[in-house]
Amino acid sequence: MEWMAWTWPTAIFFMVIASLLITFTVLAIRFPETPRIGVLRIETTRGDRLFITLLGSAFINLAWLGLTDMVQWWALGVCAVYAFLVFRYV
Amino acid sequence: MEKTVNQKAWFLVLPVLVLVAFSAVIPLMTVVNYSVQDTFGNNQFFWAGLEWFKEMLRDDRMWDALGRQLLFSAIILLIQIPLGVFIALNMPKKGFWVSFCLVVMSLPLLIPWNVVGTIWQIFGRVDIGLLGYTLAALGIDYNYTSDPFAAWVTIIVMDVWHWTSLVALLAYAGLKSIPDAYYQAAKIDQASRWNVFRYIELPKMMGVLMIAVLLRFMDSFMIYTEPFVVTGGGPGSTTTMLSIDLVKMALGQFDLGPAAAFSIMYFLVILLISWVFYTVMTNLDKREG
Repeated sequence: MEWMAWTWPTAIFFMVIASLLITFTVLAIRFPETPRIGVLRIETTRGDRLFITLLGSAFINLAWLGLTDMVQWWALGVCAVYAFLVFRYV
Repeated sequence: MEKTVNQKAWFLVLPVLVLVAFSAVIPLMTVVNYSVQDTFGNNQFFWAGLEWFKEMLRDDRMWDALGRQLLFSAIILLIQIPLGVFIALNMPKKGFWVSFCLVVMSLPLLIPWNVVGTIWQIFGRVDIGLLGYTLAALGIDYNYTSDPFAAWVTIIVMDVWHWTSLVALLAYAGLKSIPDAYYQAAKIDQASRWNVFRYIELPKMMGVLMIAVLLRFMDSFMIYTEPFVVTGGGPGSTTTMLSIDLVKMALGQFDLGPAAAFSIMYFLVILLISWVFYTVMTNLDKREG
């Protein structure tokens, strides 16, 4: 595993992603849902909304990094608001 | 009767999961690990945080390459999708010529990328290439090694030659799956050729066209070998696409950290655009259906 050059921050990052995927898989099995149509006018399930959240969060973080010199943790706050909006309205 | 629940079938998926883990997930994780560190070789790494991402995001070189890449993919899709559909519509539906056309259409797809590049590199040369020599004889100033416009035209025509068959074959498969009853109904209604295309053929082809758009977008967005062989990214850096730039950075300069950050952003852009294409086209399909 040494060749993979692991660090604690990246390990935590992947653990968070893995636990999100496991949680949403369990939720999908235990509480199946029908897709809904939100503000984007596209059908989405919980899994789709998670994907939109994660992909959007990656771009929010990149934009924050490229456009501002402020601390990166604030971008995480913006991502949390974005995630709430996606799960509520998309 | 009670439905039997058997989860053993999941074990059949295991080989694929292992394959994907080793070919995609583990390499991607490694790239993420590299992107936050610096190395001078010898498997020694030093924490760099988000520095490489910041450096890459503020580097004009990456934005220029991204611009060229998006332009290239847009041109490729705008030419290959309509042209592929047009060819499919005009291919014979019955008889000997069906097999003949299918074989001829498949030929460019069987040629390896580097060979395609070499073919077009020679084909376009003004001294010995048929294309370059003919254009020069006609008085057209064409030199893909010194003129950016000629270089772009060459790599676009080369890609169209190489990959339009794929779109045509997929569209043809979509057309062949349409039952005759649809055409008969259109005939009874005296539908025009355009209306048959618009309301029968196009909606029925939408599924395969979606695959064609996705495949062509992803392939063209990751193009490396053909332009590298033909132009080497030049003249200057006018045909340096993202992958060429990335390889120069990772292998030429051995800047693994910045190259890893670059790769992740490249991956995210491909993921975003592919998702947008997929979502738009599947939703269009549902509405048409």
